[in-house]
Amino acid sequence: MSVVADPTAAAAAAVEPAVPSVDTAPGSQPVPWRHRHLLDVDGLSASDLDLVMRTTDAMREVLSRPIAKVPALRGRQVTILFYEASTRTRVSFEVAAKNLSADVVNIAAASSSVAKGESLIDTVRTVEALGAQMLVMRHSTSGAPYLAAEVFGGSVLNGGDGWHAHPTQALLDLYTMRERMPGGSLAGRKVVILGDLLHSRVARSNIWTLTAAGADLWLCGPATLVRGFEAWAGRGAAAGRRFHVTTSVDEAVRDADVVMALRIQRERMAAGLLPSLREYAARYGLTRERLALARPDALVMHPGPMNEGVEIAADVAAGPQSVITDQVTNGVAVRMALLYLLAGTHGTQSTQGSHAGGAA
Amino acid sequence: MSGRQIMSADEIRRATIRLSHEIVEKQTGTEGLLLIGIQRRGVPLAHRIAAAIAENEGVDVPVGALDITFYRDDLSMVAQQPVVKGTELPSGIDGRTIILVDDVLYTGRTIRAAMDALVDFGRPLAIRLAVLVDRGHRELPIRADHVGKNVPTSREELVRVHLEEIDGDDGVEIERMAPEPVGAPVG
Repeated sequence: MSVVADPTAAAAAAVEPAVPSVDTAPGSQPVPWRHRHLLDVDGLSASDLDLVMRTTDAMREVLSRPIAKVPALRGRQVTILFYEASTRTRVSFEVAAKNLSADVVNIAAASSSVAKGESLIDTVRTVEALGAQMLVMRHSTSGAPYLAAEVFGGSVLNGGDGWHAHPTQALLDLYTMRERMPGGSLAGRKVVILGDLLHSRVARSNIWTLTAAGADLWLCGPATLVRGFEAWAGRGAAAGRRFHVTTSVDEAVRDADVVMALRIQRERMAAGLLPSLREYAARYGLTRERLALARPDALVMHPGPMNEGVEIAADVAAGPQSVITDQVTNGVAVRMALLYLLAGTHGTQSTQGSHAGGAA
Repeated sequence: MSGRQIMSADEIRRATIRLSHEIVEKQTGTEGLLLIGIQRRGVPLAHRIAAAIAENEGVDVPVGALDITFYRDDLSMVAQQPVVKGTELPSGIDGRTIILVDDVLYTGRTIRAAMDALVDFGRPLAIRLAVLVDRGHRELPIRADHVGKNVPTSREELVRVHLEEIDGDDGVEIERMAPEPVGAPVG
Protein backbone atom coordinates (compact mmCIF):
# COMPACT_ATOMS: atom_id res chain seq x y z
CA MET A 1 0.00 0.00 0.00
CA SER A 2 1.00 3.64 0.12
CA VAL A 3 4.39 4.33 1.62
CA VAL A 4 5.43 7.80 2.66
CA ALA A 5 8.64 8.26 0.72
CA ASP A 6 9.42 11.68 2.07
CA PRO A 7 10.48 11.80 5.74
CA THR A 8 9.30 15.42 6.03
CA ALA A 9 5.85 14.34 4.92
CA ALA A 10 5.92 11.61 7.55
CA ALA A 11 6.91 14.15 10.15
CA ALA A 12 4.13 16.46 9.06
CA ALA A 13 1.64 13.62 9.28
CA ALA A 14 2.89 12.79 12.77
CA VAL A 15 2.44 16.39 13.89
CA GLU A 16 -1.07 16.69 12.52
CA PRO A 17 -2.79 13.34 12.04
CA ALA A 18 -6.02 15.12 11.10
CA VAL A 19 -4.63 15.89 7.65
CA PRO A 20 -6.61 13.69 5.34
CA SER A 21 -4.63 11.42 3.08
CA VAL A 22 -6.46 10.40 -0.07
CA ASP A 23 -4.25 7.41 -0.41
CA THR A 24 -5.13 5.67 2.82
CA ALA A 25 -6.64 2.27 2.22
CA PRO A 26 -10.38 2.58 1.73
CA GLY A 27 -12.37 1.15 4.60
CA SER A 28 -14.61 -1.82 4.03
CA GLN A 29 -17.62 0.39 4.65
CA PRO A 30 -17.48 3.42 2.34
CA VAL A 31 -18.65 6.59 4.04
CA PRO A 32 -21.73 7.89 2.25
CA TRP A 33 -21.74 11.31 0.60
CA ARG A 34 -23.28 14.01 2.79
CA HIS A 35 -22.62 17.29 0.98
CA ARG A 36 -25.50 19.10 -0.65
CA HIS A 37 -23.35 21.55 -2.62
CA LEU A 38 -19.92 21.46 -4.20
CA LEU A 39 -18.59 24.96 -3.68
CA ASP A 40 -14.92 24.14 -3.11
CA VAL A 41 -12.79 21.14 -2.22
CA ASP A 42 -11.71 22.50 1.18
CA GLY A 43 -14.67 20.87 2.92
CA LEU A 44 -14.06 17.40 1.48
CA SER A 45 -12.59 14.76 3.77
CA ALA A 46 -10.20 12.01 2.67
CA SER A 47 -13.07 9.54 2.48
CA ASP A 48 -15.11 12.04 0.41
CA LEU A 49 -12.22 12.34 -2.05
CA ASP A 50 -11.87 8.57 -2.14
CA LEU A 51 -15.59 8.17 -2.86
CA VAL A 52 -15.38 10.71 -5.70
CA MET A 53 -12.39 8.88 -7.19
CA ARG A 54 -14.10 5.48 -6.95
CA THR A 55 -17.35 6.79 -8.41
CA THR A 56 -15.32 8.36 -11.22
CA ASP A 57 -13.84 4.92 -11.98
CA ALA A 58 -17.40 3.63 -12.45
CA MET A 59 -18.23 6.60 -14.70
CA ARG A 60 -15.15 5.89 -16.82
CA GLU A 61 -16.54 2.39 -17.33
CA VAL A 62 -19.90 3.91 -18.38
CA LEU A 63 -18.07 6.15 -20.87
CA SER A 64 -16.42 3.07 -22.40
CA ARG A 65 -19.78 1.40 -23.17
CA PRO A 66 -21.28 1.23 -26.65
CA ILE A 67 -24.11 3.42 -25.36
CA ALA A 68 -22.39 5.76 -22.89
CA LYS A 69 -25.58 6.73 -21.13
CA VAL A 70 -27.28 5.55 -17.94
CA PRO A 71 -30.66 6.59 -16.51
CA ALA A 72 -29.39 7.57 -13.04
CA LEU A 73 -30.58 11.21 -13.19
CA ARG A 74 -33.63 10.70 -15.38
CA GLY A 75 -36.20 13.41 -14.73
CA ARG A 76 -33.75 15.75 -12.97
CA GLN A 77 -33.19 19.21 -14.36
CA VAL A 78 -29.63 20.52 -14.38
CA THR A 79 -29.28 24.21 -15.21
CA ILE A 80 -25.92 25.52 -16.34
CA LEU A 81 -25.58 29.23 -15.65
CA PHE A 82 -22.29 30.74 -16.82
CA TYR A 83 -21.45 34.39 -16.32
CA GLU A 84 -18.01 33.94 -17.87
CA ALA A 85 -16.77 32.56 -21.16
CA SER A 86 -16.05 28.84 -21.16
CA THR A 87 -15.98 25.99 -23.61
CA ARG A 88 -14.60 22.92 -21.95
CA THR A 89 -16.07 23.28 -18.47
CA ARG A 90 -19.54 24.16 -19.72
CA VAL A 91 -19.62 21.48 -22.41
CA SER A 92 -18.08 18.96 -20.01
CA PHE A 93 -20.86 19.56 -17.47
CA GLU A 94 -23.47 19.37 -20.22
CA VAL A 95 -22.12 16.08 -21.59
CA ALA A 96 -21.82 14.69 -18.05
CA ALA A 97 -25.43 15.58 -17.20
CA LYS A 98 -26.71 14.18 -20.51
CA ASN A 99 -24.77 10.92 -20.00
CA LEU A 100 -26.74 10.53 -16.77
CA SER A 101 -30.03 11.24 -18.64
CA ALA A 102 -30.67 14.54 -16.87
CA ASP A 103 -32.51 17.34 -18.64
CA VAL A 104 -30.05 20.15 -19.31
CA VAL A 105 -30.87 23.85 -19.54
CA ASN A 106 -28.07 26.15 -20.67
CA ILE A 107 -28.05 29.85 -19.81
CA ALA A 108 -25.34 32.14 -21.11
CA ALA A 109 -25.57 35.27 -18.97
CA ALA A 110 -24.67 37.57 -21.84
CA SER A 111 -27.86 36.67 -23.75
CA SER A 112 -30.17 36.37 -20.72
CA SER A 113 -32.06 38.78 -18.47
CA VAL A 114 -28.77 39.30 -16.64
CA ALA A 115 -27.94 41.65 -19.51
CA LYS A 116 -31.04 43.65 -18.48
CA GLY A 117 -29.72 44.06 -14.96
CA GLU A 118 -31.30 41.12 -13.12
CA SER A 119 -29.51 40.33 -9.86
CA LEU A 120 -27.82 37.00 -9.21
CA ILE A 121 -30.33 36.16 -6.47
CA ASP A 122 -33.31 36.90 -8.73
CA THR A 123 -31.78 34.84 -11.53
CA VAL A 124 -31.23 31.89 -9.20
CA ARG A 125 -34.82 32.13 -7.91
CA THR A 126 -36.11 32.28 -11.48
CA VAL A 127 -34.06 29.27 -12.52
CA GLU A 128 -35.40 27.33 -9.55
CA ALA A 129 -38.99 28.34 -10.35
CA LEU A 130 -38.39 26.98 -13.86
CA GLY A 131 -37.63 23.59 -12.36
CA ALA A 132 -33.88 23.44 -11.81
CA GLN A 133 -32.82 20.92 -9.17
CA MET A 134 -29.10 21.27 -9.71
CA LEU A 135 -27.37 24.50 -10.62
CA VAL A 136 -23.91 24.58 -12.18
CA MET A 137 -22.58 28.09 -12.15
CA ARG A 138 -19.53 30.09 -13.07
CA HIS A 139 -19.08 33.70 -12.01
CA SER A 140 -16.29 36.24 -12.21
CA THR A 141 -16.86 37.25 -8.57
CA SER A 142 -15.25 35.06 -5.92
CA GLY A 143 -17.90 33.68 -3.59
CA ALA A 144 -20.87 34.12 -5.94
CA PRO A 145 -21.83 30.39 -5.78
CA TYR A 146 -21.94 30.63 -1.96
CA LEU A 147 -24.56 33.36 -2.30
CA ALA A 148 -26.48 31.28 -4.84
CA ALA A 149 -26.36 28.29 -2.48
CA GLU A 150 -28.07 30.37 0.21
CA VAL A 151 -31.17 30.96 -1.93
CA PHE A 152 -31.24 27.87 -4.17
CA GLY A 153 -33.33 24.92 -2.97
CA GLY A 154 -31.30 22.24 -4.75
CA SER A 155 -27.59 21.64 -5.19
CA VAL A 156 -25.09 24.22 -6.41
CA LEU A 157 -21.93 23.10 -8.22
CA ASN A 158 -19.23 25.69 -8.56
CA GLY A 159 -17.87 25.74 -12.11
CA GLY A 160 -15.33 28.42 -11.18
CA ASP A 161 -15.71 31.64 -9.18
CA GLY A 162 -13.31 34.56 -9.68
CA TRP A 163 -9.86 33.80 -8.33
CA HIS A 164 -11.27 31.58 -5.62
CA ALA A 165 -12.11 28.00 -6.53
CA HIS A 166 -12.61 25.53 -9.35
CA PRO A 167 -13.40 22.31 -7.47
CA THR A 168 -14.24 20.04 -10.42
CA GLN A 169 -10.95 20.98 -12.12
CA ALA A 170 -8.98 20.08 -8.97
CA LEU A 171 -10.79 16.74 -8.72
CA LEU A 172 -10.21 15.85 -12.37
CA ASP A 173 -6.55 16.84 -11.99
CA LEU A 174 -6.28 14.60 -8.91
CA TYR A 175 -7.94 11.73 -10.76
CA THR A 176 -5.66 12.14 -13.80
CA MET A 177 -2.50 12.17 -11.66
CA ARG A 178 -3.55 9.20 -9.54
CA GLU A 179 -4.45 7.22 -12.65
CA ARG A 180 -0.94 7.70 -14.07
CA MET A 181 1.12 7.26 -10.90
CA PRO A 182 2.39 3.75 -10.18
CA GLY A 183 0.33 2.43 -7.29
CA GLY A 184 -2.23 5.19 -7.78
CA SER A 185 -0.68 7.22 -4.98
CA LEU A 186 0.62 10.79 -4.96
CA ALA A 187 2.31 10.45 -1.58
CA GLY A 188 5.75 12.04 -1.79
CA ARG A 189 5.44 12.79 -5.51
CA LYS A 190 6.76 16.17 -6.60
CA VAL A 191 3.99 18.16 -8.25
CA VAL A 192 4.72 21.61 -9.68
CA ILE A 193 2.13 24.23 -10.52
CA LEU A 194 3.83 26.76 -12.75
CA GLY A 195 2.69 30.16 -13.89
CA ASP A 196 0.05 32.74 -13.02
CA LEU A 197 -0.91 31.58 -9.55
CA LEU A 198 -2.22 34.96 -8.45
CA HIS A 199 -5.33 34.82 -10.63
CA SER A 200 -5.70 31.06 -10.56
CA ARG A 201 -8.76 29.44 -8.99
CA VAL A 202 -7.44 26.16 -10.44
CA ALA A 203 -4.29 26.44 -8.31
CA ARG A 204 -6.21 27.49 -5.18
CA SER A 205 -8.44 24.41 -5.36
CA ASN A 206 -5.55 22.12 -6.33
CA ILE A 207 -3.61 23.15 -3.22
CA TRP A 208 -6.31 21.57 -1.03
CA THR A 209 -6.57 18.27 -2.89
CA LEU A 210 -2.85 17.81 -3.59
CA THR A 211 -1.75 18.50 -0.03
CA ALA A 212 -4.50 16.13 1.15
CA ALA A 213 -3.09 13.48 -1.20
CA GLY A 214 0.35 13.88 0.37
CA ALA A 215 2.05 15.32 -2.73
CA ASP A 216 5.28 17.33 -2.45
CA LEU A 217 3.68 20.45 -3.89
CA TRP A 218 5.65 23.34 -5.43
CA LEU A 219 4.18 26.59 -6.67
CA CYS A 220 6.35 28.54 -9.08
CA GLY A 221 5.98 31.82 -10.94
CA PRO A 222 7.29 35.37 -11.14
CA ALA A 223 7.30 37.18 -7.79
CA THR A 224 4.35 39.35 -8.85
CA LEU A 225 2.23 36.27 -9.60
CA VAL A 226 2.97 34.15 -6.49
CA ARG A 227 2.20 37.04 -4.12
CA GLY A 228 0.35 35.92 -0.99
CA PHE A 229 1.07 32.22 -1.40
CA GLU A 230 4.14 32.37 0.90
CA ALA A 231 1.86 33.42 3.74
CA TRP A 232 -0.61 30.66 2.90
CA ALA A 233 2.26 28.14 2.81
CA GLY A 234 3.28 29.28 6.29
CA ARG A 235 -0.21 28.85 7.69
CA GLY A 236 -0.63 25.60 5.75
CA ALA A 237 2.57 24.11 7.18
CA ALA A 238 1.30 24.87 10.67
CA ALA A 239 -1.83 22.86 9.85
CA GLY A 240 0.15 20.05 8.21
CA ARG A 241 -0.65 21.10 4.66
CA ARG A 242 2.87 21.75 3.42
CA PHE A 243 3.80 23.28 0.09
CA HIS A 244 6.72 25.26 -1.31
CA VAL A 245 6.70 28.58 -3.14
CA THR A 246 9.57 29.61 -5.38
CA THR A 247 10.39 31.98 -8.22
CA SER A 248 13.10 29.64 -9.56
CA VAL A 249 11.67 27.51 -12.31
CA ASP A 250 14.75 25.24 -12.36
CA GLU A 251 14.42 24.51 -8.64
CA ALA A 252 10.71 23.78 -9.04
CA VAL A 253 10.86 21.56 -12.11
CA ARG A 254 14.00 19.57 -11.17
CA ASP A 255 13.03 15.90 -10.59
CA ALA A 256 9.32 16.71 -10.70
CA ASP A 257 6.78 13.92 -11.28
CA VAL A 258 4.10 16.29 -12.56
CA VAL A 259 4.38 19.75 -14.11
CA MET A 260 1.14 21.67 -14.48
CA ALA A 261 1.38 24.90 -16.46
CA LEU A 262 -1.27 27.56 -15.80
CA ARG A 263 -2.71 29.90 -18.37
CA ILE A 264 -1.53 33.49 -18.34
CA GLN A 265 -4.88 35.17 -17.78
CA ARG A 266 -4.54 38.17 -20.01
CA GLU A 267 -8.11 39.27 -19.25
CA ARG A 268 -7.32 39.56 -15.54
CA MET A 269 -3.78 40.89 -15.88
CA ALA A 270 -3.38 44.35 -14.36
CA ALA A 271 -0.66 46.61 -15.64
CA GLY A 272 2.78 46.10 -14.15
CA LEU A 273 2.51 42.43 -13.18
CA LEU A 274 4.45 41.24 -16.23
CA PRO A 275 6.92 43.18 -18.36
CA SER A 276 5.73 41.36 -21.49
CA LEU A 277 4.37 38.00 -22.58
CA ARG A 278 7.58 37.39 -24.48
CA GLU A 279 9.68 37.87 -21.36
CA TYR A 280 7.31 35.60 -19.41
CA ALA A 281 7.61 32.87 -22.06
CA ALA A 282 11.41 33.16 -22.02
CA ARG A 283 11.71 32.98 -18.21
CA TYR A 284 8.77 30.78 -17.15
CA GLY A 285 7.36 29.06 -20.22
CA LEU A 286 7.34 25.24 -20.07
CA THR A 287 9.73 24.38 -22.88
CA ARG A 288 11.28 21.08 -23.81
CA GLU A 289 14.60 22.22 -22.26
CA ARG A 290 12.95 23.03 -18.93
CA LEU A 291 10.91 19.81 -18.95
CA ALA A 292 14.18 17.88 -19.37
CA LEU A 293 15.00 18.83 -15.75
CA ALA A 294 11.97 16.85 -14.54
CA ARG A 295 11.86 13.08 -14.27
CA PRO A 296 11.90 11.44 -17.71
CA ASP A 297 8.35 10.14 -17.27
CA ALA A 298 6.98 13.33 -15.70
CA LEU A 299 3.40 14.22 -16.62
CA VAL A 300 2.63 17.51 -18.38
CA MET A 301 -0.73 19.03 -17.51
CA HIS A 302 -2.62 22.21 -18.34
CA PRO A 303 -6.16 23.13 -17.31
CA GLY A 304 -6.78 24.87 -20.64
CA PRO A 305 -7.35 26.89 -22.66
CA MET A 306 -3.67 27.15 -23.60
CA ASN A 307 -1.69 30.09 -24.85
CA GLU A 308 0.78 27.99 -26.80
CA GLY A 309 4.19 29.59 -26.97
CA VAL A 310 3.53 31.57 -23.78
CA GLU A 311 3.14 29.37 -20.69
CA ILE A 312 3.68 26.13 -22.60
CA ALA A 313 5.51 25.31 -25.83
CA ALA A 314 3.40 23.71 -28.54
CA ASP A 315 5.69 20.67 -28.81
CA VAL A 316 5.46 20.06 -25.05
CA ALA A 317 1.67 20.39 -25.02
CA ALA A 318 1.38 17.82 -27.80
CA GLY A 319 4.34 15.73 -26.65
CA PRO A 320 4.36 12.16 -25.34
CA GLN A 321 4.37 13.27 -21.68
CA SER A 322 1.27 15.42 -22.09
CA VAL A 323 -1.95 14.18 -20.45
CA ILE A 324 -3.90 17.31 -21.37
CA THR A 325 -6.51 15.45 -23.42
CA ASP A 326 -6.85 12.86 -20.61
CA GLN A 327 -7.73 15.77 -18.33
CA VAL A 328 -10.59 16.69 -20.64
CA THR A 329 -11.92 13.10 -20.85
CA ASN A 330 -11.58 12.58 -17.11
CA GLY A 331 -13.36 15.89 -16.59
CA VAL A 332 -16.57 14.40 -17.97
CA ALA A 333 -16.28 11.32 -15.72
CA VAL A 334 -15.52 13.36 -12.58
CA ARG A 335 -18.48 15.68 -13.25
CA MET A 336 -20.76 12.67 -13.81
CA ALA A 337 -19.59 11.31 -10.44
CA LEU A 338 -20.27 14.62 -8.68
CA LEU A 339 -23.69 15.13 -10.26
CA TYR A 340 -24.58 11.56 -9.26
CA LEU A 341 -23.37 11.95 -5.68
CA LEU A 342 -24.99 15.37 -5.16
CA ALA A 343 -28.30 14.22 -6.62
CA GLY A 344 -28.69 11.85 -3.68
CA THR A 345 -28.71 14.61 -1.10
CA HIS A 346 -31.83 16.43 -2.21
CA GLY A 347 -34.48 16.80 0.41
CA THR A 348 -31.99 16.20 3.21
CA GLN A 349 -30.88 18.92 5.55
CA SER A 350 -27.14 18.34 5.24
CA THR A 351 -25.05 21.19 3.95
CA GLN A 352 -21.45 21.35 2.94
CA GLY A 353 -19.12 22.10 5.81
CA SER A 354 -17.33 24.48 3.50
CA HIS A 355 -15.61 26.34 6.30
CA ALA A 356 -14.58 23.25 8.21
CA GLY A 357 -11.19 23.14 6.53
CA GLY A 358 -10.46 26.82 7.02
CA ALA A 359 -7.48 26.20 9.29
CA ALA A 360 -4.91 26.43 6.53
CA MET B 1 -27.23 -10.63 15.81
CA SER B 2 -27.92 -13.86 14.05
CA GLY B 3 -31.19 -15.25 12.76
CA ARG B 4 -32.49 -18.71 11.94
CA GLN B 5 -30.32 -20.58 9.45
CA ILE B 6 -32.18 -21.76 6.36
CA MET B 7 -29.21 -22.95 4.27
CA SER B 8 -25.89 -24.32 5.46
CA ALA B 9 -22.61 -24.12 3.59
CA ASP B 10 -23.13 -27.66 2.28
CA GLU B 11 -26.64 -26.86 1.10
CA ILE B 12 -25.37 -23.79 -0.73
CA ARG B 13 -22.67 -25.93 -2.38
CA ARG B 14 -25.19 -28.59 -3.50
CA ALA B 15 -27.67 -25.98 -4.72
CA THR B 16 -24.94 -24.27 -6.75
CA ILE B 17 -23.96 -27.57 -8.39
CA ARG B 18 -27.61 -28.36 -9.16
CA LEU B 19 -28.08 -24.89 -10.68
CA SER B 20 -25.05 -25.49 -12.90
CA HIS B 21 -26.54 -28.78 -14.16
CA GLU B 22 -29.96 -27.20 -14.77
CA ILE B 23 -28.45 -24.29 -16.71
CA VAL B 24 -26.49 -26.62 -19.00
CA GLU B 25 -29.47 -28.94 -19.42
CA LYS B 26 -31.84 -26.14 -20.39
CA GLN B 27 -29.30 -24.74 -22.86
CA THR B 28 -28.57 -28.29 -24.14
CA GLY B 29 -24.87 -27.56 -23.77
CA THR B 30 -22.72 -24.56 -23.02
CA GLU B 31 -22.63 -22.98 -26.49
CA GLY B 32 -23.23 -19.22 -26.29
CA LEU B 33 -23.66 -19.22 -22.51
CA LEU B 34 -22.59 -16.18 -20.51
CA LEU B 35 -22.95 -15.95 -16.73
CA ILE B 36 -23.45 -12.45 -15.34
CA GLY B 37 -23.49 -11.90 -11.60
CA ILE B 38 -25.30 -8.92 -10.13
CA GLN B 39 -23.14 -6.94 -7.69
CA ARG B 40 -22.30 -7.86 -5.06
CA ARG B 41 -23.18 -11.42 -4.03
CA GLY B 42 -24.35 -12.49 -7.45
CA VAL B 43 -20.76 -12.17 -8.70
CA PRO B 44 -19.11 -14.87 -6.55
CA LEU B 45 -22.17 -17.08 -7.11
CA ALA B 46 -21.74 -16.75 -10.89
CA HIS B 47 -18.08 -17.73 -10.52
CA ARG B 48 -19.04 -20.78 -8.44
CA ILE B 49 -21.58 -21.89 -11.05
CA ALA B 50 -18.95 -21.40 -13.78
CA ALA B 51 -16.48 -23.51 -11.78
CA ALA B 52 -19.09 -26.27 -11.40
CA ILE B 53 -19.81 -26.20 -15.15
CA ALA B 54 -16.06 -26.39 -15.85
CA GLU B 55 -15.83 -29.45 -13.60
CA ASN B 56 -18.82 -31.24 -15.13
CA GLU B 57 -18.53 -30.26 -18.77
CA GLY B 58 -14.86 -29.32 -19.12
CA VAL B 59 -15.86 -25.96 -20.60
CA ASP B 60 -15.00 -22.52 -19.26
CA VAL B 61 -18.08 -20.34 -19.50
CA PRO B 62 -17.27 -16.60 -19.39
CA VAL B 63 -18.39 -14.69 -16.29
CA GLY B 64 -19.22 -10.99 -15.99
CA ALA B 65 -20.23 -8.59 -13.23
CA LEU B 66 -23.10 -6.13 -13.51
CA ASP B 67 -23.68 -3.11 -11.28
CA ILE B 68 -27.31 -2.00 -11.55
CA THR B 69 -26.97 1.12 -9.36
CA PHE B 70 -27.50 3.62 -12.18
CA TYR B 71 -30.66 1.77 -13.27
CA ARG B 72 -32.42 1.65 -9.91
CA ASP B 73 -35.93 3.09 -9.89
CA ASP B 74 -35.63 4.43 -6.35
CA LEU B 75 -32.62 6.76 -6.78
CA SER B 76 -34.81 9.77 -6.08
CA MET B 77 -36.21 8.12 -2.95
CA VAL B 78 -33.08 7.03 -1.11
CA ALA B 79 -31.44 9.55 1.18
CA GLN B 80 -27.91 8.79 0.02
CA GLN B 81 -26.61 7.55 -3.28
CA PRO B 82 -25.65 3.88 -3.27
CA VAL B 83 -21.94 3.24 -3.70
CA VAL B 84 -21.19 2.02 -7.21
CA LYS B 85 -19.33 -1.31 -7.36
CA GLY B 86 -18.58 -1.41 -11.07
CA THR B 87 -19.52 -3.36 -14.18
CA GLU B 88 -17.24 -5.74 -16.07
CA LEU B 89 -18.76 -7.60 -18.98
CA PRO B 90 -16.97 -9.88 -21.43
CA SER B 91 -16.98 -8.07 -24.75
CA GLY B 92 -20.00 -8.62 -26.94
CA ILE B 93 -23.27 -9.89 -25.47
CA ASP B 94 -25.05 -9.92 -28.84
CA GLY B 95 -26.53 -13.31 -29.65
CA ARG B 96 -25.45 -14.87 -26.32
CA THR B 97 -27.68 -16.61 -23.79
CA ILE B 98 -27.18 -14.66 -20.60
CA ILE B 99 -27.76 -16.23 -17.22
CA LEU B 100 -28.27 -13.45 -14.68
CA VAL B 101 -27.16 -14.64 -11.26
CA ASP B 102 -28.22 -13.08 -7.95
CA ASP B 103 -28.37 -14.21 -4.35
CA VAL B 104 -31.97 -13.35 -3.40
CA LEU B 105 -35.01 -12.78 -5.62
CA TYR B 106 -37.53 -10.57 -3.82
CA THR B 107 -39.50 -7.72 -5.44
CA GLY B 108 -37.94 -8.25 -8.88
CA ARG B 109 -36.88 -4.62 -9.17
CA THR B 110 -33.18 -5.47 -9.21
CA ILE B 111 -33.77 -7.88 -12.08
CA ARG B 112 -35.80 -5.27 -13.97
CA ALA B 113 -32.87 -2.84 -13.55
CA ALA B 114 -30.39 -5.53 -14.63
CA MET B 115 -32.33 -6.25 -17.81
CA ASP B 116 -32.51 -2.52 -18.61
CA ALA B 117 -28.75 -2.30 -18.12
CA LEU B 118 -28.04 -5.36 -20.27
CA VAL B 119 -29.99 -4.17 -23.28
CA ASP B 120 -27.86 -1.01 -23.26
CA PHE B 121 -24.87 -3.28 -23.95
CA GLY B 122 -26.39 -5.14 -26.87
CA ARG B 123 -29.03 -7.65 -27.91
CA PRO B 124 -28.68 -11.00 -26.20
CA LEU B 125 -30.44 -14.04 -27.68
CA ALA B 126 -32.07 -14.71 -24.32
CA ILE B 127 -31.81 -13.61 -20.71
CA ARG B 128 -32.47 -16.20 -17.99
CA LEU B 129 -32.39 -15.86 -14.24
CA ALA B 130 -30.72 -18.05 -11.64
CA VAL B 131 -31.01 -17.23 -7.92
CA LEU B 132 -29.85 -18.92 -4.77
CA VAL B 133 -33.00 -18.00 -2.79
CA ASP B 134 -36.47 -17.02 -4.00
CA ARG B 135 -38.31 -15.44 -1.10
CA GLY B 136 -41.48 -14.35 -2.95
CA HIS B 137 -43.31 -10.98 -2.74
CA ARG B 138 -42.77 -10.00 -6.36
CA GLU B 139 -43.81 -6.49 -7.39
CA LEU B 140 -43.11 -7.05 -11.09
CA PRO B 141 -43.98 -9.86 -13.52
CA ILE B 142 -40.60 -11.58 -13.15
CA ARG B 143 -39.78 -15.19 -12.26
CA ALA B 144 -36.57 -17.16 -11.92
CA ASP B 145 -35.66 -19.97 -14.35
CA HIS B 146 -33.38 -21.68 -11.84
CA VAL B 147 -33.88 -21.50 -8.06
CA GLY B 148 -31.56 -22.87 -5.38
CA LYS B 149 -34.22 -22.83 -2.65
CA ASN B 150 -37.73 -21.44 -2.38
CA VAL B 151 -38.24 -19.82 1.02
CA PRO B 152 -41.64 -18.52 2.12
CA THR B 153 -41.10 -15.29 4.02
CA SER B 154 -43.03 -12.32 5.33
CA ARG B 155 -42.16 -8.79 4.32
CA GLU B 156 -41.02 -8.08 7.86
CA GLU B 157 -38.28 -10.64 7.54
CA LEU B 158 -34.78 -10.19 6.18
CA VAL B 159 -32.98 -12.89 4.21
CA ARG B 160 -29.24 -12.61 4.69
CA VAL B 161 -26.87 -14.50 2.40
CA HIS B 162 -23.25 -14.90 3.48
CA LEU B 163 -20.64 -15.96 0.97
CA GLU B 164 -17.08 -16.89 1.79
CA GLU B 165 -15.64 -14.53 -0.87
CA ILE B 166 -17.30 -11.47 0.68
CA ASP B 167 -18.36 -12.36 4.22
CA GLY B 168 -15.81 -15.01 5.20
CA ASP B 169 -18.34 -17.82 5.61
CA ASP B 170 -21.21 -19.50 3.74
CA GLY B 171 -24.80 -19.57 4.96
CA VAL B 172 -28.30 -18.16 4.54
CA GLU B 173 -30.20 -16.79 7.50
CA ILE B 174 -33.62 -15.34 8.01
CA GLU B 175 -34.32 -12.81 10.69
CA ARG B 176 -36.95 -10.40 11.90
CA MET B 177 -36.26 -6.95 10.48
CA ALA B 178 -35.65 -3.96 12.68
CA PRO B 179 -37.55 -0.81 11.63
CA GLU B 180 -37.15 -0.01 7.88
CA PRO B 181 -33.45 0.54 7.21
CA VAL B 182 -32.49 3.61 5.22
CA GLY B 183 -31.34 2.87 1.71
CA ALA B 184 -32.19 -0.82 1.92
CA PRO B 185 -31.42 -2.85 -1.19
CA VAL B 186 -34.23 -2.96 -3.71
CA GLY B 187 -34.17 -6.73 -3.59
